[in-house]
Amino acid sequence: MDVFSDPSNIDVYVTGFLWILKLTAAGAAGALVIGVVLAAMRVSPVPVLRGFGALWVNTFRNTPLTLIVFFCYFGLFSTLGLSLADDIDLNNYWLGVVGLSVYTAAFVCEAIRSGINTVPAGQSEAARAIGMSFFQTLTMVILPQAGRAVIAPLGSIFIALAKNATIVGTIGLAESSNAMKELINANGDQVIPIFLVFAGTFALVLIPTGYAFGWLANRLAVKR
Amino acid sequence: MPTSEPLIVLDGVNKYFGPLHVLQDVSLSVDRGEVVVVIGPSGSGKSTLCRAINRLEPINSGTITFDGQVLPAEGKALARLRSEVGMVFQSFNLFAHKTILQNVMLGPVKVRGEKPAAVRERAMALLDRVGIASQAEKYPAQLSGGQQQRVAIARALAMQPKALLFDEPTSALDPEMVGEVLDVMTALAAEGMTMVVVTHEMGFARHAANRVVFMADGQLVESAPPAEFFANPKSERARDFLSKILTH
Repeated sequence: MDVFSDPSNIDVYVTGFLWILKLTAAGAAGALVIGVVLAAMRVSPVPVLRGFGALWVNTFRNTPLTLIVFFCYFGLFSTLGLSLADDIDLNNYWLGVVGLSVYTAAFVCEAIRSGINTVPAGQSEAARAIGMSFFQTLTMVILPQAGRAVIAPLGSIFIALAKNATIVGTIGLAESSNAMKELINANGDQVIPIFLVFAGTFALVLIPTGYAFGWLANRLAVKR
Repeated sequence: MPTSEPLIVLDGVNKYFGPLHVLQDVSLSVDRGEVVVVIGPSGSGKSTLCRAINRLEPINSGTITFDGQVLPAEGKALARLRSEVGMVFQSFNLFAHKTILQNVMLGPVKVRGEKPAAVRERAMALLDRVGIASQAEKYPAQLSGGQQQRVAIARALAMQPKALLFDEPTSALDPEMVGEVLDVMTALAAEGMTMVVVTHEMGFARHAANRVVFMADGQLVESAPPAEFFANPKSERARDFLSKILTH
């Protein structure tokens, strides 16, 4: 484990996982917002919105994330000139967040939509019967119950997102997988320990995360 | 009955579920303050009739008029009309993620934009009236069916509706809880609330209704004051129905 006794290597390791943390946090926030809006579109009475939601889900759910992140860099940034920050690392970071968000939103949308199906039809009938609009019914009665029904699957989606965040390394951000590659290149005799430390870090953080979502799902479940 | 125009008027209403003709040329008018009880065998269309009045069930032809206004299509105007027609469902349909008090307050605060403090006072008074005030902070799943249904009535009343629709309000209840719900409904009827009640409770029909409407196979077969209907049903279909339910 000599490699991790060098402070500069520790620095590479910490920086790498901090990027993963930031990518996951921003990506999850973006995916949650977009995903909920998409789910609302997919159950709305407006055909154009339903079509847009379905198109989004079918496009991003069935495209490799690597391609989407590449497109954010080479398409949005290099070709179309969309720059999200002056600092090159920050720019790559935000491009990565865009890619992760639009991709993960497709999965969040489908999870929420399956949650909407668990809410009995009587709930929306009762809401409409007291004069609520479609939007009020959705945001005050249906989504709060649907969201609580899908906390566990959302947890799985966000755990996948944390691991998927390593793909942003392909456009040059020094996140954990790039950090690991860098350490392996410099310390070819310690490949297995380096690998185990990086894999172990993910597992160490994500296993409790999974249990936390399970606990939340039980705690917030709507009693019927 | 008052001489002013009727509150609810159905005129030549037809409704299909696919090939099934569930409402066949149904016409009915309900006066202000009148309590109309709709009875009939299962599948006769009586629930559909009740749900059509606030357009939870859209109709295929004919017109439904509420308070002089033809039911509008889905949208703001319909939502406003629905807010004036309370509805009580067979399965209560209380908002499962909200407390009893929040259930009653939601409509007035969010739909009408009333001040929460004033609504809270009214909501507590209504809960007190239906005997649930002490459970205001509980969630629906913590209450018995009879209690939930009484909350549902309070929720409908909180909107200060012009009429109340009851879609088999006691059919999902344990027998010993039917009475507590019917008591609340009877009191409302006595106070002059306009009510359309779909039910199998013949006792309620006898003592609380101004008029009994008998439906069978999607048709409105007979309409008469309860004493007359139960003593002398005119149609063969109604006689047959009554003989089956009243002999036990």
